[in-house]
Amino acid sequence: MFPMRIVKRQEPLGFGGSFFVIFSALVLSLLLSALLLFFGGTSPTRGMSILLQGAFGSRWALEDSVLKAIPIFLCSLGVAVAFRLKIWNIGAEGQFALGAIGATWIALSFPVWPRYFLLPAMIGMAMACGGLWGLIPALLRQRLKTNEIIVTLMMNYIAILLLDYLVYGVWKDPSSFGFPMTPMFSEQAIVGKIGSTSINWGLAHCLFLGLLMWVFFRFTRIGFEIKASGDNVRAARYAGIPYDRLVILVMVMSGALAGWAGFLEASATVNRLQPSIMVGYGYTAIVVAWLARLHPASIGIAAILLAGLRVGVENLQLDLQVPAAFGGIIEGLILLTVLAGGLFTHYRFACEKKI
Amino acid sequence: MNGEIVIALLAATVQSGTPILFATLGEIFTEKSGVLNLGVEGVMILGALAGFVVARQTGDPTLGFFAAGVVGSLATAIHGVVCLWFCGNQVVSGLAMTILGTGLANYLGTTFIGTSAPGFAPYAVPMLSAIPAIGPIFFQHDPLVYVSYLIPPAMWLFFARTRFGLGLRAAGEYPAAATAAGLNVRAYRWLGIVGGGFFMGLGGAYLSLAYTHLWTSSLTAGRGWIAVALVIFAFWRPGRAIFGAYLFGGIMALQLRLQASGTQLPSSILLMLPYVLTVFVLVLSSWRKRTSDEPASLGVNIAPAD
Repeated sequence: MFPMRIVKRQEPLGFGGSFFVIFSALVLSLLLSALLLFFGGTSPTRGMSILLQGAFGSRWALEDSVLKAIPIFLCSLGVAVAFRLKIWNIGAEGQFALGAIGATWIALSFPVWPRYFLLPAMIGMAMACGGLWGLIPALLRQRLKTNEIIVTLMMNYIAILLLDYLVYGVWKDPSSFGFPMTPMFSEQAIVGKIGSTSINWGLAHCLFLGLLMWVFFRFTRIGFEIKASGDNVRAARYAGIPYDRLVILVMVMSGALAGWAGFLEASATVNRLQPSIMVGYGYTAIVVAWLARLHPASIGIAAILLAGLRVGVENLQLDLQVPAAFGGIIEGLILLTVLAGGLFTHYRFACEKKI
Repeated sequence: MNGEIVIALLAATVQSGTPILFATLGEIFTEKSGVLNLGVEGVMILGALAGFVVARQTGDPTLGFFAAGVVGSLATAIHGVVCLWFCGNQVVSGLAMTILGTGLANYLGTTFIGTSAPGFAPYAVPMLSAIPAIGPIFFQHDPLVYVSYLIPPAMWLFFARTRFGLGLRAAGEYPAAATAAGLNVRAYRWLGIVGGGFFMGLGGAYLSLAYTHLWTSSLTAGRGWIAVALVIFAFWRPGRAIFGAYLFGGIMALQLRLQASGTQLPSSILLMLPYVLTVFVLVLSSWRKRTSDEPASLGVNIAPAD
């Protein structure tokens, strides 16, 4: 019927080939989005140039992209840990919120502590709160085999509403003219900027944590066990790997990393807690993790790319009044095309042989 | 509380449960064929927009309702292409569908925000609506609610008594055996995906054409995800889906009443209720998992090269 058919590759696709497939997927997604701009009555060439210029075209734009890449990177590093074990943690968004809440709690309770004491305490509480938000679905899954996808997702909604409850209620700044936000953090509770740039020291946290995760998966026994169990649960169990304990571990690690991102967003970016920090970084993180095939270094690149797209879309909104939802369309398309492109890792098209 | 308030609350329960019922039935239909579609939330909101726009342009809500179903099918076809042709991971593809669907609906719907469309008006069923208590609760709604009463038995009949239904279930239970028996598993899975998407679209349209007659960007508010959870609660049985959907309808109706009555509880805590209940319901159903009709090959793709 078809002149082409799908055949299995002898060897999985190499690095160059994979890169080409992912690159093509990105180009295809951008082309499809440009088409949509056209149907929306916007010039696609002008739109796309504004998008790319706004993302990477100037020093200011690049700095903004890196700034947004910081929370996305940490959340993505987190979900990638869980995805390695094929545990579907969709809850980075909520774990991020809990991290911001935990950090804020410390910052508001002990504003006069010295910086070298206060910041680590905030990070610790952010990781504990984010980790707790990951622990609950992990325990439910381990004990009762409850589906972690839906539980983590529901806990996102709950976390965002909890954040709302706090900033509209008990933590509300009395001098904010009714705006839902906490008072500004004390100077000791704020992570500063690097030199004269607008980028904060969170970037250094990212490098440190990214390296740590790379070492963890490359050189530690537990890291290896997670990878092995992710590839084949039954074989791993047979080999005596404590799978159930790994589920708990990856979910807590995952949550703690997203929590750290929440800490940075509250402390470094907005210097307080407010609902506007919840812009869906936790979901973008999933796109990034998948785009990067879960490798820490690639996650860094993909995070900057997707953060850049977010900044570009903001520009598009300002200049051409394109709705902000356009960003979601691009992200969805990227995820779908990259996923479809995954077929070529193990399969290829071949011409039908004549018999 | 007096009787009238209880009856009004139960009637509101049926109404707010209906969109969830449509979506849950759609997801059951899809999952029975062995395909997990986590994109319900995105497909629902696209259906809501399509129904709204068509009803607004043509002035005919019935046409809008069907258009929503068709758009639901078209949207889920993307999931079909990724999972059935390209063997992409079903979990991730579903998530991508939610991101894409929500983005598309908000992008295309921007110009309609705050506008209204002709929707469905309540229609009291003769005779039945006069029954005390039962009548006001079940038979004084818009026609779409009556449509939703018919689907669970129809779907049960389809699965239990027809060749196609059996084939669809076989594709979800044991695709290799189904293929060996000469069934086209891929075609059955396409049927499951596209058919399920139709119902999800209808669920979305219920929100924009009957529940409200308005378009807002956050119309679905997690109902699609609740539907995914309810499939597990319903043990993949259409009949049990009714109880689940009305349970959530009830909590949502109650939440609105409480908010309107000026309670001391902050609204963010009230809004949490359905999500907390979803987790609770999931935990409850995982206790009795053995009695469920979960398809054995749910989420497992068939290899592309056969």
